[in-house]
Amino acid sequence: MSDTDVILSAKGMTKQFAGFMAVKDVNLDVKRGSIHAMIGPNGAGKTTCFNLLTKFLQPTAGSISFNGKDITTMAASDIARLGMVRSFQISAVFPKLTVLENVRVALQRRRGGNFDFWRSQRVLNQFDEEAMRRVEEVGLTDFAGELAGELSYGRKRALEFATTLALEPELLLLDEPMAGMAQEDIERISALIKRISANRTILMVEHNLSVVADLSDKITVLARGQVLAEGDYETVSNDPRVIEAYIGVGHG
Amino acid sequence: MTDQTMSGAPVNEKTRQPLRVPVLHMGIFAALLIFFLAAPFFLYPVFLMKVLCFALFACAFNLLLGYGGLLSFGHAAFFGGASYISAHAAKMWGFTPELAVLLGTGAAAVLGLVIGSLAIRRQGIYFAMVTLAFAQMVFFFSLQAPFTGGEDGIQAVPRNLLFGLFDIRHDRAFYFFVLAICFGGVLLIYRIIHSPFGQVLKAIRENEQRSISLGYQVNRYKLAVFVISATLAGTAGATKALVFQLASLTDVHWTMSGEVVLMALLGGIHTIFGPIAGAALIVAMQNYFAGFGAWVTVLQGAIFVIAVLLFREGIVGVIGKWLKKPL
Repeated sequence: MSDTDVILSAKGMTKQFAGFMAVKDVNLDVKRGSIHAMIGPNGAGKTTCFNLLTKFLQPTAGSISFNGKDITTMAASDIARLGMVRSFQISAVFPKLTVLENVRVALQRRRGGNFDFWRSQRVLNQFDEEAMRRVEEVGLTDFAGELAGELSYGRKRALEFATTLALEPELLLLDEPMAGMAQEDIERISALIKRISANRTILMVEHNLSVVADLSDKITVLARGQVLAEGDYETVSNDPRVIEAYIGVGHG
Repeated sequence: MTDQTMSGAPVNEKTRQPLRVPVLHMGIFAALLIFFLAAPFFLYPVFLMKVLCFALFACAFNLLLGYGGLLSFGHAAFFGGASYISAHAAKMWGFTPELAVLLGTGAAAVLGLVIGSLAIRRQGIYFAMVTLAFAQMVFFFSLQAPFTGGEDGIQAVPRNLLFGLFDIRHDRAFYFFVLAICFGGVLLIYRIIHSPFGQVLKAIRENEQRSISLGYQVNRYKLAVFVISATLAGTAGATKALVFQLASLTDVHWTMSGEVVLMALLGGIHTIFGPIAGAALIVAMQNYFAGFGAWVTVLQGAIFVIAVLLFREGIVGVIGKWLKKPL
């Protein structure tokens, strides 16, 4: 695989917490334009992996690069500026801001500073139109003036997508986007992910193999902090090691 | 078409609301201004000036707590520290009132930058503890340093000519100087809350991790709001020193840090006007219940307990809920 094909790459990524090896020597290449899923049973180190890749944690060893640039020691806020934006497991909205304001906060970052405390927030009205378009994209037009905290769980997720997409990230990292969702919501969010994956790369972490089956181009299975198997759904789901890893947690 | 109007109606109502809320706020500010302009003619000016100084102090503190989401337990350091600087400048160097206040404010800004840049590295209770620790250092410095007068404080601070021209020694004249500063300060805080900066601040308060993931360097914003809050707390303290013509240890003591927390909580921390109401209430209690001696503290405690039980969102917060309007 040539370098330009790989948007995000981790080499020998390791994270050790006081005497406990959470992630051990993980190598990962995310291909540009693909939907890549990282799955594994509870405690496999998915979330740790995810936090390492998004710089919310610092790896003990190994390196991470984005678009060929070494980001191993960068701050979490800086990688967002490079075009790599993450979502959160518990849907991360700003509850006391309106839906429109939520999206606008993301757009507002383009102004650079934003330390101008003496200026009226009316200068932010310039972003309203674009924010409204993002809100529309995820079907929340009717809720634009509503406080985000009052939305249903599924709609909060949709709002989070709208906010993330407002940054026009090249690479989207989704942390268990389907966690805690009812079947119909899962289908809606799946369709949404598929739709937004055009011209973008998506890396998502999921607990459940079946929900990522139709969605992902490539699946990496983690177990006990290590890569167990990698490939498309067919390959991975028939791998005896994967089946074994999932037995006992009810996904055999 | 009928469908559209049906689903369109509530949306319309909501889009209309943000237009009306600022008008409501401006109306309240206007009413407050009229009240405070007329008040010295039927209320004791020194009492009113105390209310104004504490209102600014509480609003400055609440900018940090209510909008920045940071609970400082050391704001007495800025309030009291600035009062010493302003008192010293007016008494020893003959500074005019506006320059004395300005110098006190500037000193609080510098102090805020030093304490803030260290404190914001910690979160939650640890942040509060770090600010408390620094405030205690300022307290002991104030107790020991020669220029503060130790237990006696700086007494008989003169009210010099305003701008070197106007004689405002008399309480009622001085009152309007204090009103201008405190009202201006509170309006500035209102603007800060409703600025692009304020919007980012609210986002950080609501969800810090998410703000980071959107690319905001949250520590810079936290530091900025800390310094602004400290600076304006300093303005309040520097002004208070000239009102009472005294800078004393009371204003740097940790109980002062506690008092401002109480004012903000009592009035409502997610509100604009809450801290003003809280400050007015506490100062009024201290004044009018002064006859009860040590029982004032007990009464304050009792009122606080009642407020926490009945008005979880503070007095103004609850009123705002009734009116269904953010106050």
